[in-house]
Amino acid sequence: MSAELKRTPLFATHQSLNGRLIEFGGWEMPVQYTSIMGEHQTVRSAAGLFDICHMGEVFISGAGARDFLNWLLTNDVNKLVVGQGQYTQMCQEDGGTVDDLYLYRLTDKEYLLIINASRIEADVAWMETQLAAFPQRHLITFENRSDKYGAIALQGPKAVEFINEVFPGGSHAGTHVHRLTDLHKNQIATFNLKGTGSLCWVARTGYTGEDGFEIVTTASNILEVWDALMEAGKAHGLKPAGLGARDTLRTEVCYPLYGHELDEKTSPIEAGLGFFVSFEKGPFIGHDSLLAQKTNGPQKRCVAFKMTDKCAPPRPGYTVWNGETQVGQVVSGTLSPSLSAGIGLAYVKPELAKKDTVIHIDIRGKKYAAQVVAKPIYRKAV
Amino acid sequence: MSNVPADLKYASSHEWVRVSGDTATVGITDHAQAELTDIVFVELPAVGRKLAASEACAVVESVKTASDIYSPVSGEITEVNQAIVDNPALVNQSSFEDGWFFKLKLANPGDLEKLLTPDAYKAQIGG
Repeated sequence: MSAELKRTPLFATHQSLNGRLIEFGGWEMPVQYTSIMGEHQTVRSAAGLFDICHMGEVFISGAGARDFLNWLLTNDVNKLVVGQGQYTQMCQEDGGTVDDLYLYRLTDKEYLLIINASRIEADVAWMETQLAAFPQRHLITFENRSDKYGAIALQGPKAVEFINEVFPGGSHAGTHVHRLTDLHKNQIATFNLKGTGSLCWVARTGYTGEDGFEIVTTASNILEVWDALMEAGKAHGLKPAGLGARDTLRTEVCYPLYGHELDEKTSPIEAGLGFFVSFEKGPFIGHDSLLAQKTNGPQKRCVAFKMTDKCAPPRPGYTVWNGETQVGQVVSGTLSPSLSAGIGLAYVKPELAKKDTVIHIDIRGKKYAAQVVAKPIYRKAV
Repeated sequence: MSNVPADLKYASSHEWVRVSGDTATVGITDHAQAELTDIVFVELPAVGRKLAASEACAVVESVKTASDIYSPVSGEITEVNQAIVDNPALVNQSSFEDGWFFKLKLANPGDLEKLLTPDAYKAQIGG
């Protein structure tokens, strides 16, 4: 393992839990503790705890913050009340994606951006460049606190059964609630950790398709938050979960992963994320290119597919075929632990993007049939 | 700590061989299945295929990766274990018994001399 890889405040915890460590976005992270399949099922049926300290935290505040973010990002920041978050993209002028991220409005004039670990440097450089050219720049404070902050994701249907024990009491900033589980999806607020009283931002968000929470706090608080959650969750079936399960969980619900579904050459319109691009809010970087793509139709579309032939799991990079013609490429693929079938996401020509279209995936030199399916591929029975 | 049965021969690429007369049964080791983690797919060679020693002839896939399996010895495939194709998890559950991969008729019994003893394999995997 390279000495340059970064480690989170939970590194020693992962080691003591026998986590299998891999490189991810420049970080040394646990891919699994026991088994990807087992951790996946634990998150779907009980709860899993993920170290997401590798992700970046950028704080943007001041009287010009909202207007700057509306210029910088695709979604409509005006829709955010204090204590609310939204998924959004940051695009180039040509519509290519610099990053996809979560934006939270913490207080009246303060926003938090949770950005991808592999994109921290690129994002910060991009945002600083845009800020330097922004007319209201003197009314904006920009701080990359990625090294000083960490985050933990608690995901799964049982999370609500014990998180209030770990953060007893009502919220202070953000959405006003008397107890943490009164937060609705996408809401965020500060709470005190039991015992130490450490202040944490807790959002009802996640990347698994399950109910759950993401806790953001200073790096020095992370270990005590992890330990408190593990302790309270033990009786409810909580287990640590690695990046392997995080990937299979998000693939089943078709959440994009930067570097797979999105990159600098791919727009949110092509990725099927047009819902998060607001053309009504006024000008923003990439507006014209994205509007042209939306109006004329993109050159490629990201589709979800399910293998119908019995075969090895599809993987990123495998080619997609229609008869003898190559029509696209797989960007995410795995065996779905929930469905016990090969699933994935692929870019194909727009005419092949319709549900039920039969496509073929080249898996080590042989072509196997797959069917385009609706997103998400897996939907929880309610 | 991985199980390394004393009555088998081993390849450094983590396959085991059990010899009975001129037939060799081949599978992957407990260490290999643990490293691969949840095995979700197995592809086996065709019966009748002639293999050279160290030839890639099967594939196992876990959730994360695909890995080639090599024949530790040369010979002709006489039988394959359909049970692991139908239920790949058998390889994780019983790598030395029910999770065997294929049998072959030894072409060159001298191949066996080049394989690792249980102790040598144990040393290779560090335990």
